[in-house]
Amino acid sequence: MSTSPSARSLRRRLPLLLLAAPGVVVLLAFQYYPLLGNVIAFKHYLPFLGIGESEWVGWQNFEVIVNGDHQFVTALTNTLIITLVQVLVVFPIPIALAIALTSLASERIKRIVQSVLYLPHFLSWVIVVGIFQQFLGGSGMLNNFLRSNGYDTFQIIGNADLFIPLLTSQLIWKDAGWATILFLAVLSQIDVQLYEASVVDGAGRARQLWHITLPALKSIAILLLILRLGDALSVGFEQIILQQPAVGLEASEVLDTYVYNNGIVGGNWSEAAAVGLVKGVVSVLLVLGANKVAHMFGEDGLYRS
Amino acid sequence: MSRQRRYRLVNGQPPSSPQMRVLKAVVFTIACALVLVPFVGIVATSLAPAAQVTAAGGLVLWPSSIDLSAYRAILAGGVVTRALGISGIVTILGAALSLTVSSMLAYALTRRALPGRRALTMLLICSLFFSPGMIPTYLVVKQFGMLDSLAALIVPTCLSAFNVIVLRAFFSNLPQDVLEAAQIDGAGEFSLLGRIVLPLSKAALAVIGLFYAVGYWNSFFAALLYLNDTSLWPLQLVLRSYVTNGERIAAADMDSGIVPPQVTLQMAILVISIVPILCVYPFLQRHFAKGALTGAIKG
Repeated sequence: MSTSPSARSLRRRLPLLLLAAPGVVVLLAFQYYPLLGNVIAFKHYLPFLGIGESEWVGWQNFEVIVNGDHQFVTALTNTLIITLVQVLVVFPIPIALAIALTSLASERIKRIVQSVLYLPHFLSWVIVVGIFQQFLGGSGMLNNFLRSNGYDTFQIIGNADLFIPLLTSQLIWKDAGWATILFLAVLSQIDVQLYEASVVDGAGRARQLWHITLPALKSIAILLLILRLGDALSVGFEQIILQQPAVGLEASEVLDTYVYNNGIVGGNWSEAAAVGLVKGVVSVLLVLGANKVAHMFGEDGLYRS
Repeated sequence: MSRQRRYRLVNGQPPSSPQMRVLKAVVFTIACALVLVPFVGIVATSLAPAAQVTAAGGLVLWPSSIDLSAYRAILAGGVVTRALGISGIVTILGAALSLTVSSMLAYALTRRALPGRRALTMLLICSLFFSPGMIPTYLVVKQFGMLDSLAALIVPTCLSAFNVIVLRAFFSNLPQDVLEAAQIDGAGEFSLLGRIVLPLSKAALAVIGLFYAVGYWNSFFAALLYLNDTSLWPLQLVLRSYVTNGERIAAADMDSGIVPPQVTLQMAILVISIVPILCVYPFLQRHFAKGALTGAIKG
């Protein structure tokens, strides 16, 4: 049976299109198509009217941002503070851990420590928050111990002043071990001869760290910082929404919980969508901006155009 | 090297000073204890007899004897048993769907003959850089009629662009001459994928599948967002009510009739939600050790 070239190529192309189709449909339906839904930020969306029938209101929904509505400003401030703390406190920890792990002489101990420290990453936030409550809460293990020995108890869970340190320590507990994985991969690629040559030149561990190890980690650290900056406006949504009832909105409202509380719970769909839209646009700009800065410092960053 | 050294280099580095070594030992011991002690406390409390838990007023670090009544109570039927079943179904169906859709797309993207290959790859990669937003996504899920159905927990998140990119890199590192030979022998794309690519990628598929499975098992926000019907709640939401929100687990919530202390019940629910993760963890761990994933990511 003779087939024309186009029929033959169709016979190869059609199966490939069929294989790609389900994934592409999911991508379009849940990643790209929802972008259109952002038009409700410019409408007065009412669920019973639907998106099409709801009235256009121009920029009115963005007034919470422009006029500095108290709840919005609180959410924005909290988000930025939490991001800043996480970049300064949480970010360096896996780097230090990875360097310390690599310097362990025993492969066995290294493997065991890694196995233990990676584990919490795979637990859900509900479990992590539950564990912290059981140990640090009002009737948790720490306070029970203090009470039974006649000491004063600490209010850690539900204490607005300690909320950010609590979030930070939960994040370190859950993810600091796991975050070493990329740094360890980079460290394992460093040419041992570099270290050996530096020893001949009289370098000790400190000089090796400063002149070989840290420079080797620079690119990956910058890359991860860029990614973190892109996420600067999203801080641990699940982690925070779980603990919000205990500490109250003033201490714990962040942009994502603001969108959830106002939109999904409160029914101010359009206002919440406006805040979400601005947040999304700013996040993309942050990634692009951070990437530019990385290029100025001679790093590859996320991509090169 | 002319000078004789009195020590052995580890990875080219001189050994740490004694103080440094003590410091490292202390830091790593504390770090490991901080991870492990909570696990011990949770498991011990879930197994401890009621009298011991009541006397301690909360968590214990070692059970005085083994008492399984908390597990009997929550597994005999009722809210927790149902949630466990729902989480199991969502996890298995979700991971199967995710793995199927992802490996099909990843394979297609490695083939030159795929029409619009560059555009589709860009579509995939660009999706990593933005998120469509909570409200618009909710409206789409609602528009598709998935609210209050388990499909809402699976379909919207069934494709992780990152995992597809990892799989695509893995597939394109397979020996291409095998594929070409099979193609000359008349194998179509479906049999290339099913008979050559997938069997050669079992380890990578298992790791990606487990990542998806862990994601579904741990997912909590999708259920909070899309399910008003509490009878469809997965385990993580039940955990939230009973453990993090501290709601009372009443006898009516369990079919067994026995009511052990609340803390014991809470810890037993925690254990049940952690055990599946612990079961797959050694497998995941072995593959990180081999660097299977990091290699794939770099490729």
